Amino acid sequence: MAEHSEHTEHIVSPKLYAAIFLALIVGTSLTTWAAFQDFGPFNIVIALGIATAKATLVVLYFMHARYGPRRTQLVIVCAVFWLAIMLALTLADYQTRNPRAVQLVSRTAVYSA
Amino acid sequence: MHRTGELYGQFQTLEQQKESSTLGMWIFLVTEVLFFGGMFCTYTINRHEYFAAFGIGSNTLDITLGTANTIVLIMSSFTMAMAVWTAQTGKKKLVPLFLILTLGLGTVFLGIKGVEYKQKFDHHLIPGRSFDVWYQVDNAKPAAEREKRQLDTEREELHKATLTDPDIQSHAQLYFSLYFAMTGLHALHMIVGAGLLLWLLKESLRGRFTPQYNTPVENIGLYWHFVDIVWIYLFPLLYLIDRHK
Repeated sequence: MAEHSEHTEHIVSPKLYAAIFLALIVGTSLTTWAAFQDFGPFNIVIALGIATAKATLVVLYFMHARYGPRRTQLVIVCAVFWLAIMLALTLADYQTRNPRAVQLVSRTAVYSA
Repeated sequence: MHRTGELYGQFQTLEQQKESSTLGMWIFLVTEVLFFGGMFCTYTINRHEYFAAFGIGSNTLDITLGTANTIVLIMSSFTMAMAVWTAQTGKKKLVPLFLILTLGLGTVFLGIKGVEYKQKFDHHLIPGRSFDVWYQVDNAKPAAEREKRQLDTEREELHKATLTDPDIQSHAQLYFSLYFAMTGLHALHMIVGAGLLLWLLKESLRGRFTPQYNTPVENIGLYWHFVDIVWIYLFPLLYLIDRHK
């Protein structure tokens, strides 16, 4: 804060933007190609893995998170963490409910309709 | 967002002022992550429950249009990033150019999305009374041999799926309800983004964005990239989940 209004923000070069852009295009081609291969249960893992890699590139470089203040990085980590809580607890609930009870309810709904 | 580049009383430096503004934008984006997260959660639960019906629904989507749209959106993110760069480095004449490119690519995305929606209307895949997952297989008039074979595969897939899920009609509607809700909400964000870009364009033509003051370009850029990220996840989840069969 000593030299006031000194310009210290990090400017990402167009070269790096272009490289990220190319990486995202490669990722898109890769995920489309992978969708037509049979990897058994790993198809979804691969698709989401590539999507997460692409999203990470966008956040780090296009959104400048890598060069941003620690405070911003903390906010991003918090977002992912809260999202994980929401997904994990909701899915855990659905996975551990008495499945027969759920089925009975849905069947009654179908037959009474 | 403050209207001018001058230093406001509550801040010590311009840099602190900009960081506060950007932090506010990021916190807004966190709420958006959780907003879309709820929809992704609903999708995951239902896809797990009605696996066959979701596969059938997903395979009716046009993969060429979907991939093209993904590339268009990534390109628009790149031009948006370039708009931020031109503002940061003081290339005042180039800022509007990159904003127009971003706006144009965003419009192309929405146009392709419109074509896809129209296709779903024609194929009776809008949830409701006239929904019929068999409509396309029964009524399409294939012109080429390749299309005929494609339809035969689809018919076979539908028969197979009906064996595992007798109520495929209603469960496929669930897929399309989620498809329209998620892509519709995403498209709505794009439309809001296009409005913001128009405003940025107007201001940039007045030469307002400089290396000292470019917070609006940066923050609307963050929003635009976020919308891109949502699509990066929507694309594999909606279009690609059951293609390998």
